[in-house]
Amino acid sequence: MGNDFSIIGKPTAMVDAAQKTTGSGKYTDDLSLPGMLVGKILHSPYPHARIKRIDTSRAEKCDGVVAVVVGKDAPNPYGILPVGHDEHALALDKVCYVGDNVACVVAVSEAVAERSLELIDVEYEVLPAYFNPEESMKAQTDLIHDNKPGNLEKDYHHVFGDPDRGFADADHVAEARFVANEVTHAAMEPHSTLASFEVDPHTGKPGRLTVWSSTQVPYYLQHKLSLVLEMPMQQIRVIKPLVGGGFGGKSEVIPLEIIAAVAARKAQAPVKITYTREEVFWAHRGRPRTIIDLKTGAKSDGRITAVNARVVQDGGAYCSYGVVTILYSGALLGALYDIPNIQYDGYRVLTNKPACGAMRGHGTVNVRFAFESQLDELAATIGMDPAEIRQRNLLQPPCITVNGLRVQSYGLPECIERTVERSGWKERKGKLPRGRGLGIACSHYVSGAANSIIRSDMPHSTVNIKIDRDGGVVVYTGASEIGQGSDTMTAQVAAEVLGCSLPRVRVIAADTDLTPIDIGSYSSRVTFMAGNATLRAAGEVKKLIAAAAAKKMGCDVEQLIFRDDAIFKKNGLGSAKSESAQTLRGPDGRGRPSPHGSSSSAHIESASVSGRVEGQILRGSLQQKRKDEGPKEWMTFEEAVVAAIDFHGALTGTGSYAPPLEARGGKHKGAGVGPSPAYSYSAQVAEVSVDEETGEVTVHKVWAAHDCGRALNPVSVEGQIIGSVWMGMGQALTEEMVWKDGMLMNPGLLEYRSPSSVESPEVEPIIVESVDPEGPFGAKECSEGSLAATIPAIANAIYDAVGVRLHESPFTPERVLAALRAKKNAKALNLTEGVDPTSPVRFREHGGALCFKGKGPERHALDPARREARSVPGGAD
Amino acid sequence: MKKELIELRVNGRPHELAIEPSALLLDVLRQDLQLTGSKRGCDDSSCGACTVLVDGVAMMSCTLLAASCEGQEITTIEGVSEHGSLAAIQKAYGDWGGAQCGYCTPGFIMTVKSLLAENPDPSAADVRAALSSNLCRCTGYSQMYEAIRAAIAAERQGVAIAK
Repeated sequence: MGNDFSIIGKPTAMVDAAQKTTGSGKYTDDLSLPGMLVGKILHSPYPHARIKRIDTSRAEKCDGVVAVVVGKDAPNPYGILPVGHDEHALALDKVCYVGDNVACVVAVSEAVAERSLELIDVEYEVLPAYFNPEESMKAQTDLIHDNKPGNLEKDYHHVFGDPDRGFADADHVAEARFVANEVTHAAMEPHSTLASFEVDPHTGKPGRLTVWSSTQVPYYLQHKLSLVLEMPMQQIRVIKPLVGGGFGGKSEVIPLEIIAAVAARKAQAPVKITYTREEVFWAHRGRPRTIIDLKTGAKSDGRITAVNARVVQDGGAYCSYGVVTILYSGALLGALYDIPNIQYDGYRVLTNKPACGAMRGHGTVNVRFAFESQLDELAATIGMDPAEIRQRNLLQPPCITVNGLRVQSYGLPECIERTVERSGWKERKGKLPRGRGLGIACSHYVSGAANSIIRSDMPHSTVNIKIDRDGGVVVYTGASEIGQGSDTMTAQVAAEVLGCSLPRVRVIAADTDLTPIDIGSYSSRVTFMAGNATLRAAGEVKKLIAAAAAKKMGCDVEQLIFRDDAIFKKNGLGSAKSESAQTLRGPDGRGRPSPHGSSSSAHIESASVSGRVEGQILRGSLQQKRKDEGPKEWMTFEEAVVAAIDFHGALTGTGSYAPPLEARGGKHKGAGVGPSPAYSYSAQVAEVSVDEETGEVTVHKVWAAHDCGRALNPVSVEGQIIGSVWMGMGQALTEEMVWKDGMLMNPGLLEYRSPSSVESPEVEPIIVESVDPEGPFGAKECSEGSLAATIPAIANAIYDAVGVRLHESPFTPERVLAALRAKKNAKALNLTEGVDPTSPVRFREHGGALCFKGKGPERHALDPARREARSVPGGAD
Repeated sequence: MKKELIELRVNGRPHELAIEPSALLLDVLRQDLQLTGSKRGCDDSSCGACTVLVDGVAMMSCTLLAASCEGQEITTIEGVSEHGSLAAIQKAYGDWGGAQCGYCTPGFIMTVKSLLAENPDPSAADVRAALSSNLCRCTGYSQMYEAIRAAIAAERQGVAIAK
């Protein structure tokens, strides 16, 4: 049938869109249970301290307080990675960052809980704290975790090919230090968890636990709850209601999820905990501040000969996803371009700040910023067009990269071509008025990790489908809808395979009692993996229906076509029945409304002629009639389903997906992270203007081409591309977590400066479909890969506009201005002049050009802020 | 604090409520009236997820005393659907991808309602300026603009048919 799909590829409103636009959909904090109590958490005011004593007695005596929970109520350690079980729900004997969890009060109301938090007496012994990763690595005493010498969570040293020879062969070598400051997800929904125990009818004691939580990973949550609460997993049910955005911030177990369950057990009542916005910033798990010392060699024809990257990540106080992040940073140097020689040294360092974890574009974003900026620099040195240097370094797939990544579908060449064309790159690059410029950059990302973080042979996704006599298709999937369109994708794939209409499909998702295991919504794995599992489950059911239908219709199963809620004989379509087939398709020939064309009335019409209502009422008599008439040319979906159930008994199917062995990567230490069954590709051009007086950068437009394999739902794919580009722009220009002595200075949505509609540029999404051989209908990732290209595209556009290279993100007015003044040999502005120098010892320990002269910490010789803000004696002013 | 009896009109219906004088409108809507469509995204009116209309004016209910709204007409997202079916703006937000995770969506829709009530034919710049009171982390806003344009067109078509 080629590209003749009836459901996929059409712009489709999400299956839960009405719940969201009417406010009827329930997120975790919208739920309540009879007798529910509220939990509030006491946080540490110190970045690093030993807890000498906790006295909760005064709080416990408070009227309205039901229980106070402390660390010893749940002493088992946990962590998202099996190698990183270093967290406790509540601190046992030590706190490691400002905001670390110390105790939880459970009370009848939020107000009572909040008041009684002040009555908990905690005696701390304050320890020296580490805030800068390069200082932290030198630590000998007062380690953050005793088993991590030098506060080093993990380091990796990889050599692929022969980097020394590669650099010797190079005609040009560029070398620089890049710094990308810390950013966080700031999903609109603050984390929330509701936990409730049922009384066991046999023992009369608290038995099964049900947890509703804003999570991307219900299965991992069930697993960690079982570890900490010492309960068997089958006694724990995790339900994911609607989730108000994740971006990685809910892709691991967040302390409140465990605390709520422990509190519910101790208080013997349902307990809900919802973070305040400030607590969300402390929970964090965002993208770590990353220091990248990067060296790239290239021949005069633009071919890259070698790359050497030394990456230091400021990981915060706990492991979280850290080991994976530092591995991704190195592994994803491969699989975008053909790089023959790579040396990578990665250091994940512990500091006394909230733990960093996975965030959209996990591990790849900051290194990609450095790499694409340096590639632009090399192009300028060589005198080559920046788009062309990228085209000179393309892979020749199918291939296995030097670091063991298997690449099959590869839409990068087309992405570059189409962004160049759409942006008018060739005509306009270098010809815009002063202060305005264009920049290009590329990126890629995995479509799910080929190796699960829990090592086992289990499938990464499993999907069950049940069809009953009413002709309703129910799909059970553990995949977590977090706003990306997971449920809609599942429904579309099932409907496409079964040839039925979308409203017929009901998706039951992310409830560990009902749905089979899916490891969660992270690393852009859902479309590829849960999509493939759905494809296989639907295929199973289709086989059963086809067998019964073929018998009824007196033909072979190969002759059947499932489409538009009916089953046709391949050759029967041309004759008299083609008329009824046309009618079934609805007036627009597609049977589905589309925001890009047909009106909503077409939807109603097509629903009423699809035969659903008629089919149910008249089923009995229709069946009788058919029986009398002998073999049919076509059957409705209901008739075929009824026939199949009569024939086989039950109509269920199951499908699962595990990445193929060939896609699981090499054998070196750390080879498990980076491999994916398929990679998405992205190329972007950004147009910016720079105000040379104020240093302010404005992004006017971004053209973003993204190879998603096949766009199952073009509205969603475009939405994901635009959203990624926009989030990348936030990191490039305004978003930054600013610290002072371990205190977050901007824990609010106004201060964190996520871009509003006024600061957001037009983004033109360009969908490229390379049709992956293993993706469901050829589909791959589309939600993360675009983010990484935006930051360097903007950096390169700034260079095109005003001729300065920015090595530290975000490109705030202070940093742009400092770079502009350094270029002009002008004296650096001291923006902290006149501020009371006695009160803050450090205005900012890192980041920004705001540092007291001689008062701040000594900066690394290659630190971009030091270099860019360098004051030149006898400068222009 | 001792509770006081007040009467709130929400979505055209009167409610007699006993609340603390310090109770915020958002908490009263969500907890006392179970109208959970209005969301809490921050605690200091910086995100707009809690936006409701008070006498037709878009207000952030997270920093508004419920008691101060006595005698005023409050409209929440639950009051936007017309006769049990989606209003044009709600349909358009779904069709054009204006809502992804949906958490900010009720607040945005209330803001758009108030914008269109004041200015039925807003320019692109007007829309941007009006939406800047609300934050979204998923969409990058672009698809919302398309949804708003589509909703205005649909409303206009509806009005034209009615004439």
